[in-house]
Amino acid sequence: MSNEEILKELRAIVEEVAGVSPEDITEEKSFVDDLDVDSLSMVEIAVQAEDKFGVKIPDDQLANLKTVGDAVSYIATNK
Amino acid sequence: MTRPQLRQHTGPAATRLLGFGSSQGNRVVTNDDLSRRVDTSDEWIRQRVGIIERRLADEDQSLVDMAVEAGAKAVANSGLAPSDVDTVIVATCTLPGFIPNASAQTADRIGVKAAAAFDLNAACAGFPYAVNVASELVRGGSARRVLVIGAERFTEWIDWDDRANCIIFADGSGAAVLGPADEPGVGPLAAGSAGDLVDMIGLTERGHIYQEGRSVFRWATTRVAPIAERAVELAGLRLSDIDVLVAHQANLRIVESLAKKLRARGAREDMVVADDIVHSGNTSAASIPIALDHMKSAGRINTGDVMLLVGFGAGLSYSAQVVICP
Repeated sequence: MSNEEILKELRAIVEEVAGVSPEDITEEKSFVDDLDVDSLSMVEIAVQAEDKFGVKIPDDQLANLKTVGDAVSYIATNK
Repeated sequence: MTRPQLRQHTGPAATRLLGFGSSQGNRVVTNDDLSRRVDTSDEWIRQRVGIIERRLADEDQSLVDMAVEAGAKAVANSGLAPSDVDTVIVATCTLPGFIPNASAQTADRIGVKAAAAFDLNAACAGFPYAVNVASELVRGGSARRVLVIGAERFTEWIDWDDRANCIIFADGSGAAVLGPADEPGVGPLAAGSAGDLVDMIGLTERGHIYQEGRSVFRWATTRVAPIAERAVELAGLRLSDIDVLVAHQANLRIVESLAKKLRARGAREDMVVADDIVHSGNTSAASIPIALDHMKSAGRINTGDVMLLVGFGAGLSYSAQVVICP
């Protein structure tokens, strides 16, 4: 799965969990500062991403995923 | 010589809940009150946990005081006198000490004389556990009517400078009376534990409650729905039969997530979902029966409603069962 495909799927998850418009979800955006996604919504995004991509995203790793791009690279590297 | 034969007995085949009661202190603590003490805000708290205000016990109001008030109301709301009850169970995890227990003195003060009385600690999962124990005591013939009480006084266990936790917990007690029935009114218990995750919720070295919010949230939003669904299966029902969901009032986001998952699996859109945490805070083992009493009084739940109770918390422990609204 290419990074573009990961981003597409991740957009759908972030939109579903946090109600963010997909066009706003680009790689350089910070989940917390730009997209207003709080820590609990991040957990929900992680849980859905784990199911979708077959990766493990433990809570201590989750805290390091600041931007959408961080999440895409983490998934690409660890799946 | 013949060996002496032991006798065992059984009771009625079916049990049901008969009535509810609750008690809370008069001290109302708003989010703005807390934001004057710690770095937080009304908006932050509402968004993260869904609480607008919580109720704390009065200074001189003990855990047992609240249990007595809630229990006495539940007996009265069941149309019974204290002498009709023979067993009292108090589910709690916040007594000041292990000795004495809460149940014996609670029973005596309500007027249930010489009651069989014991406390039960399954933390926030305590109420469904206690209802199940009560139901089996009646079905086994060991008890006739059981007063089941959840009671917590968190005030002393809270670090009021810990902004992650002081916003969540509160005090209160809720109760229900259980007795024999013509038709089944209490479904089997779906329960279990995850002792390997014990460190997620506990006490700090200074004796204050803490929980790892993110991890607890993840666990509760992924592992609890299957337990709830299992309870419905054990009761021989479908999720679409559930009229009311009363989950432990841990965090409104967890409750909403659970409701969403159950609806995705077949629960109805018009299923009533308890949201008592908004004005009561998280009262651990007391949260389910307080919600039941408030909802019954407000007419949000009605006699005959099929209600799914779901408890989960420290231990980690979890429990769920289906009950019929009295």
